Amino acid sequence: MIRWRPFRELLLARMREALREPEVIFWAFGFPILLSLALGIAFRNKAPEKVFVAVEEGTAAAKATFATLVADARFDARLASAEECARGLRLGKFAVVVRAAGGVEFRYDPSRPDSILARTLVNDALQRAAGRKDPVAPTDREVSEPGARYIDFLIPGLLGMNLMSAGMWGVGFVIVDMRTRKYLKRLVATPMRKAEFLAAVVASRIVFMVTEVILLLAFGRIAFGMEIRGSLVVTFGLGLLGAFCFAGLGLLVACRAQKIETVSGLMNLVMMPMFVCSGTFFSSERFPDFAQPFIKALPLTALNDALRAVIIEGAGVASQWARIGVLAAWMVVGAFLSLRWFRWT
Amino acid sequence: MTTALRCSRLEKTYPGGVEAVRGLDLEVQRGECFGLLGPNGAGKTTTVEILEGLLPPTAGEVEVLGRRWGQDDDALRHLIGISLQETKLAEKLTVEETLRLFASFYDRARPIDEVIAEVALGEKRTSQVGKLSGGQQQRLALACALVSDPEVLFLDEPTTGLDPQSRRQLWDVIRGYKARGRTILLTTHYMDEAERLCDRVAVVDHGKVIAQGTPAELISRLGGEHVVEFSVGGALDEAALAALPAVKAVRVSLGTAVLTVSEVHVAVPALLDHLKGRELTSLTTRHASLEDVFVSLTGRHLRDD
Repeated sequence: MIRWRPFRELLLARMREALREPEVIFWAFGFPILLSLALGIAFRNKAPEKVFVAVEEGTAAAKATFATLVADARFDARLASAEECARGLRLGKFAVVVRAAGGVEFRYDPSRPDSILARTLVNDALQRAAGRKDPVAPTDREVSEPGARYIDFLIPGLLGMNLMSAGMWGVGFVIVDMRTRKYLKRLVATPMRKAEFLAAVVASRIVFMVTEVILLLAFGRIAFGMEIRGSLVVTFGLGLLGAFCFAGLGLLVACRAQKIETVSGLMNLVMMPMFVCSGTFFSSERFPDFAQPFIKALPLTALNDALRAVIIEGAGVASQWARIGVLAAWMVVGAFLSLRWFRWT
Repeated sequence: MTTALRCSRLEKTYPGGVEAVRGLDLEVQRGECFGLLGPNGAGKTTTVEILEGLLPPTAGEVEVLGRRWGQDDDALRHLIGISLQETKLAEKLTVEETLRLFASFYDRARPIDEVIAEVALGEKRTSQVGKLSGGQQQRLALACALVSDPEVLFLDEPTTGLDPQSRRQLWDVIRGYKARGRTILLTTHYMDEAERLCDRVAVVDHGKVIAQGTPAELISRLGGEHVVEFSVGGALDEAALAALPAVKAVRVSLGTAVLTVSEVHVAVPALLDHLKGRELTSLTTRHASLEDVFVSLTGRHLRDD
């Protein structure tokens, strides 16, 4: 049984302690935002680069060829002397040099991919200008809408990662710290019930979780115009499940540890594989097929994938049962084992 | 008088084989301030933590206020107050927040203003715990124990590491609690603390009680209430010193002799006569203390680590 007054006072104490610790605020709220800002800028979608092309002066067709290329927005075309053209090609200033005399001669470096691409594009443009008809009519559709950008992929991942590290540290570290200071022992010497204490620790995580999710989503929306396609209720529901799951795992790593060093090591051991494999910064699909079942069974993979499905693709709960099941299983196992093994002193 | 605390044939062996307590018997009456006096590692803290229900004993019986741990835990937790050795309370909470937290655990807690006044932390009530001095933190720890108005108060080395003034302030709080007719069990390795606060003391060494009684009784068992300490150059004849009038016991170590005497005015002139012609580098006389009791019982000092 949990009595209301001790629960409220323990929760207030937890919140006050955390909020009076500037580091806690930074790691919980500032760090994920700075990280998404930095990565969002580094991997922002740039305007497509122009192809640098030079047309050699002095031939009869040079002017016309140059005019064709200049009119095409894909090219940055120059009219230059033979000498200048050769030098520019050598230094990489031009990707391709065109010499128009009767036919058309391309000078390019086949070891440079941009050079090969430039040759193809220039050739294509010149042939069409000369009246070529494509036997199969091509239609181009460019894809760079919100939802498909890296930042859209990143923010749900950061949300998941933050739920993991804040949950593990916010529960595991705090409990071991209290144990080393003998503060846990002092609390257990009162009529405080253990359930009251644990409920307060987990509840303080939930309060922080809601704030973290709101801040990061709002930041993505304001700074990068990110769209949330799925339901906010489902998003917060996943956040809640993730917070419970990682609070349980945090409790598990903290259940016996007597030293801060021990719990830090254990926490890194648990979190490191998920930082790398669970698809926070790049898709977990890039790992080989044989590893996929293990990666999919990790709680952070399930959380990240479910958050992405809901936020980016607008998926509903119904399509996410498998991932929700993985999270719930970890939550139950973590909570069960930690309550079984937990030591107060 | 009824018994507040009782333990008989108490034993505690830690995993790894350290025998901290080896058959300890103790009986503390209600309204009494009882001291466990002994050096570090004597088993005092282990004994207290067993009585507090924080450690299970390996063998033996424990009764607190007529109840037993394992049967009446919740009731007992409401009835006792505890100040552990070296607890660090939450540094970022203020004095009143800490007390309100502790008060919330009890069905009938005292108003926290009253407790803050009792431990004289009124000026610090909105200060964070981390900013308090050692003595203030220790008084706050005591306040956390007093907030439930406990029947029995356990204090494990309440003044270790504090300056003299802080110790006196803490003693005042403890005496105030005792004046309300409540029971205290405290451990200490300061003999003066035991002499000032305790009605009775038990001297504990190697996990056993080696002497028990009021401080005055224990001192009187030395055979004399006074101690004469002196040092001279050259060797001392212990037998000759023991034969001097009013000298009850002699101990010589490192060029200093310690005599337990019944009458200083008889022993000192005889001693000076005996030492005539030799260079006396120091001579002091004082009342015998519990320290002398401990040394005479064990041959060691309390603070030897």
